[in-house]
Amino acid sequence: MKVTFPHMGNLYICIKVLMEELGIDYVIPPFTSKRTLEIGTRHVPECACLPLKITTGNLIEAYQVGADTVLMAGGCGPCRFGYYCEMYREILKDLNYNMNVITLEPPNGNMVKLLQRIKNLLGGFNLYKILKAIKNTTQVAIEVDEVECLASKIRPRELEKGDVDKIYKKFQKDVIAAKGIEQIKKLIRDAKNNLLKVKTDEKANPLKIGIVGEIYTTIDYYTNFDIQSKLGAIGVETHRYVTISDWITEHIVKNALRLPRNLSYAHAAKPYLGKMIGGHARETIGNTILYAQQGYDGVIQIYPFTCMPEIVAESILPAVERDFDIPVLTLIIDEMTGEAGYFTRIEAFVDLLHRRKEKGTVDFRYILSGD
Amino acid sequence: MTLDTYYLGIDVGSVSTNLVVIDTNDKIIEKLYLKTSGQPIKVLCEGLKLLGDHLGRNVNICGVGATGSGRQLAAVITGADIIKNEITAHAVAAQRIVPDVRTILEIGGQDSKIIFLKNGIICDFAMNTVCAAGTGSFLDRQAARLGIPIEEFGGYALRSKSPVRIAGRCAVFAESDMIHKQQAGHSLEDIICGLCEGLVRNYLNNLAKGKDISEPVMFQGGVAANVGIVAAFKKALQKDIIIPKYYDVMGAYGAALIAKQKTKEKTQKNSTKFRGFKSAEDNYEAKSIECNGCSNMCEVVEISSNGNAIARWGDRCGKWAFSI
Repeated sequence: MKVTFPHMGNLYICIKVLMEELGIDYVIPPFTSKRTLEIGTRHVPECACLPLKITTGNLIEAYQVGADTVLMAGGCGPCRFGYYCEMYREILKDLNYNMNVITLEPPNGNMVKLLQRIKNLLGGFNLYKILKAIKNTTQVAIEVDEVECLASKIRPRELEKGDVDKIYKKFQKDVIAAKGIEQIKKLIRDAKNNLLKVKTDEKANPLKIGIVGEIYTTIDYYTNFDIQSKLGAIGVETHRYVTISDWITEHIVKNALRLPRNLSYAHAAKPYLGKMIGGHARETIGNTILYAQQGYDGVIQIYPFTCMPEIVAESILPAVERDFDIPVLTLIIDEMTGEAGYFTRIEAFVDLLHRRKEKGTVDFRYILSGD
Repeated sequence: MTLDTYYLGIDVGSVSTNLVVIDTNDKIIEKLYLKTSGQPIKVLCEGLKLLGDHLGRNVNICGVGATGSGRQLAAVITGADIIKNEITAHAVAAQRIVPDVRTILEIGGQDSKIIFLKNGIICDFAMNTVCAAGTGSFLDRQAARLGIPIEEFGGYALRSKSPVRIAGRCAVFAESDMIHKQQAGHSLEDIICGLCEGLVRNYLNNLAKGKDISEPVMFQGGVAANVGIVAAFKKALQKDIIIPKYYDVMGAYGAALIAKQKTKEKTQKNSTKFRGFKSAEDNYEAKSIECNGCSNMCEVVEISSNGNAIARWGDRCGKWAFSI
């Protein structure tokens, strides 16, 4: 049995740790590329959302390099994500690919069934081993997100453009070849240290933009045209609350252990959206408000075309924009790969934010920014 | 002999390529509106040549600004001092003409935008996201299909007595709706008027999304020439609409204004990177390279002049772009 899984940003690092800790044979699919997208759009229904297309492409590419089992999280919410595993199963069956799809539903339903699935996967049930693997995976996820967060912070301040990306991209590549959790942890430490050594402009006061939206499109750098790196390159600091480690700790671990969750976003969103409507709509609205309260200059919402929860959020955001006086730009991503159009919007948005920030400090007969 | 000081603004769009030359008082002294026809490099060179001939080769261009979807290309060929997005460029131009403008409606060949200003700065904008219905190209196509010159298209709409309802949400649906109404026997005038109203409805729903459209409202871009669309906007908004004299080259005008401001800020004079009108005489070629360096397989565009690569872009890692 050779297990594989879809890509989503740095998720492969966490799953790699999990697989190695559990002693499962695995294949990391080739990094998402134009080819992945092509394969995905060919086999997935046209009306499906983009993440399903890309991840299906990932699985097919993994099959071509020897994977025979798919491990995938399930969703119980009202969003289409809950249907992904069924779609994978049917699509792979139609293609005559002999692949077994194992769904790991968040355990708020049938615990016995889930345990049975895990037992089948592991060929036995060693609770100590499982708990240790979950602990280590969570820890690595948190540390990887710290690296990412650090990169977003340093990037707009770097003196030599591209330094951060060089270190960060090298880290993402090196992890693939690393063996065992110790080596992975060492790579994380090295990446962190190298990032801290990047020469920065101490006086820089970059714009700060919060990234909100659907989890896949905000996290997966292939899908969102590496927006955080692009914004960093034009001197903008970015932050994103929705991360892989947050998803693991808040949605899986704490939910399973019935621990109190960090719901500050839900609290913030309450006057606008009091209920969970699926996907990350409540996070999108709540986090936008949190960013506004923390003095961020602007917020960018990213979501795949036809994503219901985000469409609802988008229609609520103008009210948040008005009440909290924070500009929001919405980017809708689909299989289109012409980045120029997106970048025009991002550039204009950054111009707008610069100008808002300068307001009062300079004479503004012109709407130009001071770049 | 002292030469007059001028600034050049270039807007390379999908449908039109515009060049504007302004003097130190921001007055437009030359304006060119050319069809891009899918060959931006050729058309841009022709435009530069025309301008050069007209102004005389010894004219002093102190700054060049490029905007539009082909701004990078234009910047490489002419040696522009600044590259700005269309939204900022359009807003700068509009504000120069009506300083307290609050809303700018802009409809071009392939895209439409709405820009809101408050206290003299852009406070919000939107650009069409998923469909090009309601842009110039679609109107062009419908005019051609009906056999009416695009210049007269709007006039038909004004003569309508009882406009029919045309779906404005999607270009394809709008067209089939139009054909159906045609077969039902409605007059051309009523159908065209219905189309104009449908497009305006689509624009306002899609871009303005219920946001406050406050006066003064300015309408620019090529479609502002269409009196039918203007009338439909007036009817839908119940507001006065200002159409600037040079509505069709506002992007280029904005680029020139920005170039002027930017080069003025620099202490040294004549620090422009402009390669001169002569640059139009060089041969330019664009080719695309598929890089196989990693799994991204970026499509890299390379622009070469007389056989030498002068610019590359499109790669995610910078391997090609920075190698020049």
